[in-house]
Amino acid sequence: MQALLLTAALIFFAIWHILAFDELKTDYKNPIDQCNTLNPLVLSEYLIHAFFCTMFLYAAKWLTLGLNMSLLAYHIWRYISRPVMSGPGLYDPTTIMNADILAYCQKEGWCKLAFYLLALFLTTYMA
Amino acid sequence: MPVAPGNPHGNPEAAQRQGALPSTPLRREVTLAPAGFPRGDTRHFRPAVGASDVAGPVHSAMMSSQVVVNQGYNSQLPGSYPPLTPAKTLNPGSGHYYSGGSQGPGQTLHRPPVAANPAVPSLHSGPVPRMPAPASQSPAATPRPSGGFLPGASPLPPVTWQHSYPSMGSQVNHYPPAPSQPPVPGSTNLSTNHQYVSSGDPLLQNSYGKSGITSNTNSGSLMAHSNYDEIEGGGFLATPQLATKNPQISRSVGYTYPSLPPGYQNVPPPSSATGMPPSSLNYPSGPQAFPQAPLGANHLTASMGGLSLHPEGLRVVNLLQERKMLPSTPLQPPVPNLHEDIQKLNCNPELFRCTLTSIPQTQALLNKAKLPLGLLLHPFKDLVQLPVVTSSTIVRCRSCRTYINPFVSFLDQRRWKCNLCYRVNDVPEEFMYNPLTRVYGEPHRRPEVQNATIEFMAPSEYMLRPPQPPVYLFVFDVSHNAVETGYLNSVCQSLLDNLDLLPGNTRTKIGFVTFDSTIHFYSLQEGLSQPQMLVISDIDDVFIPMPENLLVNLNESKELVQGLLKTLPQMFTKSLETQSALGPALQAAFKLMAPTGGRISVFQTQLPTLGVGALKPREEPNQRSSAKEIHLTPSTDFYKKLALDCSGQQVAVDLFLLSGQYSDLASLGCISRYSAGSVYYYPSYHHQQNPVQVQKLQKELQRYLTRKIGFEAVMRIRCTKGLSIHTFHGNFFVRSTDLLSLPNVNPDAGYAVQMSVEESLTDTQLVSFQSALLYTSSKGERRIRVHTLCLPVVSTLNEVFLGADVQAISGLLANMAVDRSVTASLSDARDALVNAVIDSLSAYRSSVLSNQQPGLMVPFSLRLFPLFVLALLKQKSFQTGTNARLDERIFAMCQVKNQPLVYLMLTTHPSLYRVDNLSDEGALSISDRTVPQPPILQLSVENLSRDGAFLMDAGSILMLWVGKNCAQNFLSQVLGVQNYASIPPIMTDLPELDTPESARTLAFISWLREQRPFFPVLYILRDESPMKANFLQHMVEDRTESALSYYEFLLHIQQQVNK
Repeated sequence: MQALLLTAALIFFAIWHILAFDELKTDYKNPIDQCNTLNPLVLSEYLIHAFFCTMFLYAAKWLTLGLNMSLLAYHIWRYISRPVMSGPGLYDPTTIMNADILAYCQKEGWCKLAFYLLALFLTTYMA
Repeated sequence: MPVAPGNPHGNPEAAQRQGALPSTPLRREVTLAPAGFPRGDTRHFRPAVGASDVAGPVHSAMMSSQVVVNQGYNSQLPGSYPPLTPAKTLNPGSGHYYSGGSQGPGQTLHRPPVAANPAVPSLHSGPVPRMPAPASQSPAATPRPSGGFLPGASPLPPVTWQHSYPSMGSQVNHYPPAPSQPPVPGSTNLSTNHQYVSSGDPLLQNSYGKSGITSNTNSGSLMAHSNYDEIEGGGFLATPQLATKNPQISRSVGYTYPSLPPGYQNVPPPSSATGMPPSSLNYPSGPQAFPQAPLGANHLTASMGGLSLHPEGLRVVNLLQERKMLPSTPLQPPVPNLHEDIQKLNCNPELFRCTLTSIPQTQALLNKAKLPLGLLLHPFKDLVQLPVVTSSTIVRCRSCRTYINPFVSFLDQRRWKCNLCYRVNDVPEEFMYNPLTRVYGEPHRRPEVQNATIEFMAPSEYMLRPPQPPVYLFVFDVSHNAVETGYLNSVCQSLLDNLDLLPGNTRTKIGFVTFDSTIHFYSLQEGLSQPQMLVISDIDDVFIPMPENLLVNLNESKELVQGLLKTLPQMFTKSLETQSALGPALQAAFKLMAPTGGRISVFQTQLPTLGVGALKPREEPNQRSSAKEIHLTPSTDFYKKLALDCSGQQVAVDLFLLSGQYSDLASLGCISRYSAGSVYYYPSYHHQQNPVQVQKLQKELQRYLTRKIGFEAVMRIRCTKGLSIHTFHGNFFVRSTDLLSLPNVNPDAGYAVQMSVEESLTDTQLVSFQSALLYTSSKGERRIRVHTLCLPVVSTLNEVFLGADVQAISGLLANMAVDRSVTASLSDARDALVNAVIDSLSAYRSSVLSNQQPGLMVPFSLRLFPLFVLALLKQKSFQTGTNARLDERIFAMCQVKNQPLVYLMLTTHPSLYRVDNLSDEGALSISDRTVPQPPILQLSVENLSRDGAFLMDAGSILMLWVGKNCAQNFLSQVLGVQNYASIPPIMTDLPELDTPESARTLAFISWLREQRPFFPVLYILRDESPMKANFLQHMVEDRTESALSYYEFLLHIQQQVNK
């Protein structure tokens, strides 16, 4: 049950990201504000996901763990290669408006949304 | 004019479609067209036309059906599609041929239609004096209706036209059945022309294109004519009758003549009587109705089909064989292949330039060409002439907010169509009145529509707050190290000298902050007898003591300020404090400035070591040579975040770094980069040991202090629907997809923008880019400077290559390479540069060249591409080897990003001149001076000789290298020295001697200097000068220890391309 709630939270994060980047793209928000709101979310999302992985590890759900490990690895890589910044988070307001980066972030949002939805189904049906 | 014949038919329809403004200069285009077309061809075509065999049948069929509806005349004229506008329009192109006696008849035939159309005359407004009455012309025409067919039928072009029509989406049908159809404000014809251009032999294209253009113009003018004439009441043509009849006449062209008012038909045109060529007839009619409105013409734009390329431009060059590709005069940017009328109004390439002057239709085509698409801007350049408009309403598109510009189309007098989003907008009432000519009803002749670069005085809706006063804050490093360099003397002296020249008004405010391990403020309150220094030693939590007196009105406290500047250099001479708390000082400065915004000028001489923003040395001298693992990225985001805060409060920070040691410019530079400031770097500055740097600082400071400045600025770049902005390059903060936040804007800053084609541009023939810079001038006025650039769209790879602007491409690539070095690595960036050449040239080879010749074949437009890329690879930013210090490299990168293209190209690929034998041959004369113009030499040592003297112009510096065996004459007459050995080791000025040689040299050097806003210092080098290495480093065609020579580079590229 708790897992479900948490997955829901992750989905929420993913959607939030997608919306946020869309707002940026359509010029509704200032990138500084947007990055300030998004950045704290990034780490919490990653931590929740890491928490999941440990849960799966304890429950010995190897298949699910395998799936989630790949995302975890991606998260770690992503965080390591983040731009130089003092606070937590990933997004740098000075580069976020670059068309490539923005498109990448949006795509990442959609992929994660799909992944979390999949995870939601898996956890509901397999648990 | 050959054109004339075509017009009549085309006009009415065109007019309806376009509601175009009058366009004047048909003539020229016409003439151009013929060049491509051999006479023989025309003849050849003709018979075919007459027979209606080739193109004829198709057309006729189409035509007839529609025509029939109208008038039923068609049956008689199967081959001729008189009604078709296009056919006639084509004629103009062919008109050339007509000029020959044999073809005369054809022309005459054409005329009749002209006569029929009252509007026609307007077209030829140009040179010819007004004819007495339009009617007179028409009569001539009328007699030979049958003849008219031939011309109409004439060349193939008609066929093409017809085909193209279908493609014109929104445009009104050309042969609408109803003659009565009201003039429809259709879209422009652009699409039609376009097709011509794209297909077939270039020459043919040219001619067609031209003809197309002319036709359009005509139509445009016609339209305008009917509308405006009435309004103005001036045009003789404008009689109401005529206007009403136009539609009908035009349609029926072939046979309608009889229906024309008798007066027109019968009267012989005076011109014909005189035996003048028919074309001349038209002129008269064309009179003045719209002479000025060259553009009105957006329609013209539509017609841009004609390639304006010089034949030379079509050449394919084998770089391996033709080694002397560098022109001996400065390289001129290519001229977009636009109709002359449009081009004439287009933005100056120095201000606004695109890497591809022919925009590819689709992203796929762009990808295929492997050339970067982007814009290079110099939006705030000092201009000699800038139209400024003050009006209560600034006319802008209601949906995309584009400012009205020369490339919009006027559908009729009351409506204009945005050239970026195609929305139709109303012309506001005020806009109907032209303040220049004091005429009502001429929106197309207002300055906004006549100038691609214009400045508006912005009303209060463009202000978020009252315009800020100019505020200048100077932050000086006064640590021991700084005092050692002695920079304070020069800077304070410069400031004293230029205090009155600081841009500003009575509201100008100024303030000073100094720092070492503590921060010192100076209270300059009015009434104090001398400045009062306040020391804040708590650098962890900076606060501002008595904020009201630290920034003071310059006028009111001028004496205090002067007093402070005089004493400041001496105040810290005893200082032993070696620490530098730059971070806290910047925070304090920001707090001081935040309420108003303004400019902070920071002078720093070492690595900041205290408080926030302290940095650690990262440079490892031993690893300079390896392209990997060098620190191009900032080590902390403190400066970036502070810069963003500054940007939010409209504060810009300019950094002057005068440091002998590594100071981590990569980190420090962020403070300027994101706050739209500029960076100046004087390595190893010392007031005694390095007088050259001292002079450079003085000159640059003078420019810096006195140049124009814009405060609280934003710049938005808009482009035609279908294009989108990919990345910006320069110093600013990107606030949204197309908006740059520029707390300060200065006239020496350039910007680059990468673009991508998001949607296919097949429906359009022209695209436009508009940059709008909204700023507060130093006088407290809110102003908007708008630049609009218009470019043609093309559909074939060959045309994309033909229109490539090699300088702009190199400039944009350099910007992209800087980004790449920061995000990936320097070696990646270098590879990317080389690959850019290889990819584009192989794309050219595989897709454009039909026969695969050996060698390195490049389009003429890209003949210098490999050279410029090689020069980039050898530029400080991207070079490998041990001689680049990290800070110098990063500074060079900052310069790449922040310099306007011209100077970037000069620093990358300097101009080399031989100056010991200057002569007045080919000299320019400017006012009363003669400026010799020595040829530009290739940058290779083989062009140097010991018995000469060579001047290298590298943008911000000039180097005069004097060979060992230089003629005694030059030494004594120009340098003013006895012999070679007596040239002083450091010499930065040429004496003014009373000799012709000296006068020439000085005239040439001062001419070079006048071309740029800053003052390049001249260094005179002897063979053994330490700077000689610097000089030789610019010899980009030669081989160096770590880089290929030009020829080797070409071979390498050839290998890759032919793989």
